[in-house]
Amino acid sequence: MSYWAGIDCGSWATKAVVIDQGARLLGSGVARSGADLAAAAERAYTLALAQAGRDRDEMAAVWATGFGRQSVEFADGSRTELDCHGRGAAYYVREPAVVIDIGGQDAKVIRLDADGRRLAHRMNRKCAAGTGSFLDEIALRLGIEVSDLDHLAATATESFELSSFCTVFAGTELLTLIRAGKRPADLARAAYLSLVKRVAAMDVFQGRVVATGGVVAHHPTMVRLLGEELRAEIVVPPHPQEIGAFGAALAAREGAASVGPAMEGG
Amino acid sequence: MSDIRSTGALRETMGAYYRSLGDAAERKTAPVAWCSSVGPTELLRALGFAVFFPENHAAMLGASRTAQRYMPLAHAQGYSQDVCSYLSSDIGAYLAGETPLSAFGLSSTPRADVLVFNTNQCRDIRDWFEWYGRKWGVPVIGVRSPRSIDDVTESDIDGVARQIEGLVPPLESVAGRRLDPGRLAEVVGRSRQCSDLWEACLLTAAHHPAPLTFFDGTIHMGPAVVLRGDEAANAYYRTLLAELQDRAATATGAVPGESYRLYWEGMPIWGRLRALSAVCIEFRTAVVASTYCNSWIFSALDAADPIRSMARASLELFITRSEAPKERYIEEMVGRYGVDGIVFHDCRTCSSNSNTRYGMPRRLSERLGLPTLILDGDVNDLRCFSDEQSRTNLEGFIEQIADARAAGRLAERR
Repeated sequence: MSYWAGIDCGSWATKAVVIDQGARLLGSGVARSGADLAAAAERAYTLALAQAGRDRDEMAAVWATGFGRQSVEFADGSRTELDCHGRGAAYYVREPAVVIDIGGQDAKVIRLDADGRRLAHRMNRKCAAGTGSFLDEIALRLGIEVSDLDHLAATATESFELSSFCTVFAGTELLTLIRAGKRPADLARAAYLSLVKRVAAMDVFQGRVVATGGVVAHHPTMVRLLGEELRAEIVVPPHPQEIGAFGAALAAREGAASVGPAMEGG
Repeated sequence: MSDIRSTGALRETMGAYYRSLGDAAERKTAPVAWCSSVGPTELLRALGFAVFFPENHAAMLGASRTAQRYMPLAHAQGYSQDVCSYLSSDIGAYLAGETPLSAFGLSSTPRADVLVFNTNQCRDIRDWFEWYGRKWGVPVIGVRSPRSIDDVTESDIDGVARQIEGLVPPLESVAGRRLDPGRLAEVVGRSRQCSDLWEACLLTAAHHPAPLTFFDGTIHMGPAVVLRGDEAANAYYRTLLAELQDRAATATGAVPGESYRLYWEGMPIWGRLRALSAVCIEFRTAVVASTYCNSWIFSALDAADPIRSMARASLELFITRSEAPKERYIEEMVGRYGVDGIVFHDCRTCSSNSNTRYGMPRRLSERLGLPTLILDGDVNDLRCFSDEQSRTNLEGFIEQIADARAAGRLAERR
């Protein structure tokens, strides 16, 4: 029996998964990336192996992705997160699709054909709007943990938006709304709506829409609002936060040819 | 960057030019004119001016990354962070009393006796020059050009030619001499030779593998920008062309193991040229052609009709045109150079050189069946650029091209 692992070394969290020949996800682990990316990759990988009940030497190959992919020294290969999020999402959706990945510091839109091949991609500008960092800022302004945003927003009764694109301006706008007596639940929903509008403006959404990433995993109310905005049923694959790591494991299993010189083969 | 041997000659040519500017400004060996990069250079040179190009100076500030230090000084003067970062870098450097030209013996940028703009590229160039005009109390004159032109008409040319003719009396007054039509024809003739030689250099990159890349071109274009109309530029490009032809004949590529070929549309990101070039080399990708390097090709210049041909050359340029001729131009380049994809640089502070904002990348991608990528950045302001995001964007784009080729959806360009 052969096993493969994928490590997604993201800006906020590092995720690892272990899969088998049938691409079944046997184990996963998540660790804060922090300043030592190599150590974070090691921790996440150890957690994934433990949950899978497998040893390192049983892994046929380990591939890395994410912005810290070059820091995963034990990786046998690497692909960008654009590739791995697309690859992971395509495993669950066998039709033309648009993948929306919302991570801690970036948002990506990846267009796939029916075979799961990438047609185009778009990343957010160098800006926190439309990313998890925006929600962190909003939670800070509301004086709550970011993990509390979702259940708060789920109880909203009034719908309005934050009109500012800029995260700093949105924070200021939030203060104005607080002074105007708006409820925290409605403000949380407004923050989600702002993020959703930003992401929806990144591309034209045709075909199946798949949402992945840490923000998607932890903010289901935001996903519901995204579906309403795009007038589409949003597919959220199992383990949306680990979909990049899953894509990397699939790449390892498929022996995807890397275009880089360090990993000859293509 | 490639190991092009002519780089030594390039340094000598550019160094001699900068030192001559220092002589003109500090020892008054010639009157000094500042000029926008697309001209009307030839007129100034024919009148005996030492010609300084502040865009070249701003690019030096960008490439050396000192621009980051200077831009805030111009912003504090009321020039927005959203206007041309060439302008803010250059004015900021002046306010700081610093210049990279000190390496060539200049204590500052050469003080102008007159500043001559052409708005065929943008309005910012005029605003930039007018700051200095007010500072020094010297004339700021120029060509107010039509823009977003579909087809260049005789009427368009008439209008610009009349404006160029109108520059002659005030320039003669500053220069203290009359314009010699024969000398103007000679300068225009040499400028045309420079243009032809530079075009021939760039065209060597149509070979597989390409002997030079866009990143090399941004360095080697220096003489075409600042010495057009001077024999020194032509001498340099004869040397460079011979070397590039030799490299093409011996299949000496700028990128070892060249596998993928890209077109670059938009301004360079000066402070990250080396880093972006390194990513491309790592992924066996040659950026073989660009609108930017091609923008110093002025094939319309004609010694037999100097002023009208200068007008035509300035109007036919890519930057002066509307979306349709711009798209036709890129389509022609894609075919000529055999590229696998197009990278568009969305330059934060230069809307004139950012062809991403009215749907062009998507239209071209659909029509040509080629992938396009938009990189967010800036010509000089690195606060608008993310290294990590750009690397992932570019690497992901090359992955996409590689996958498409592997799946037989994208033929290898030969």
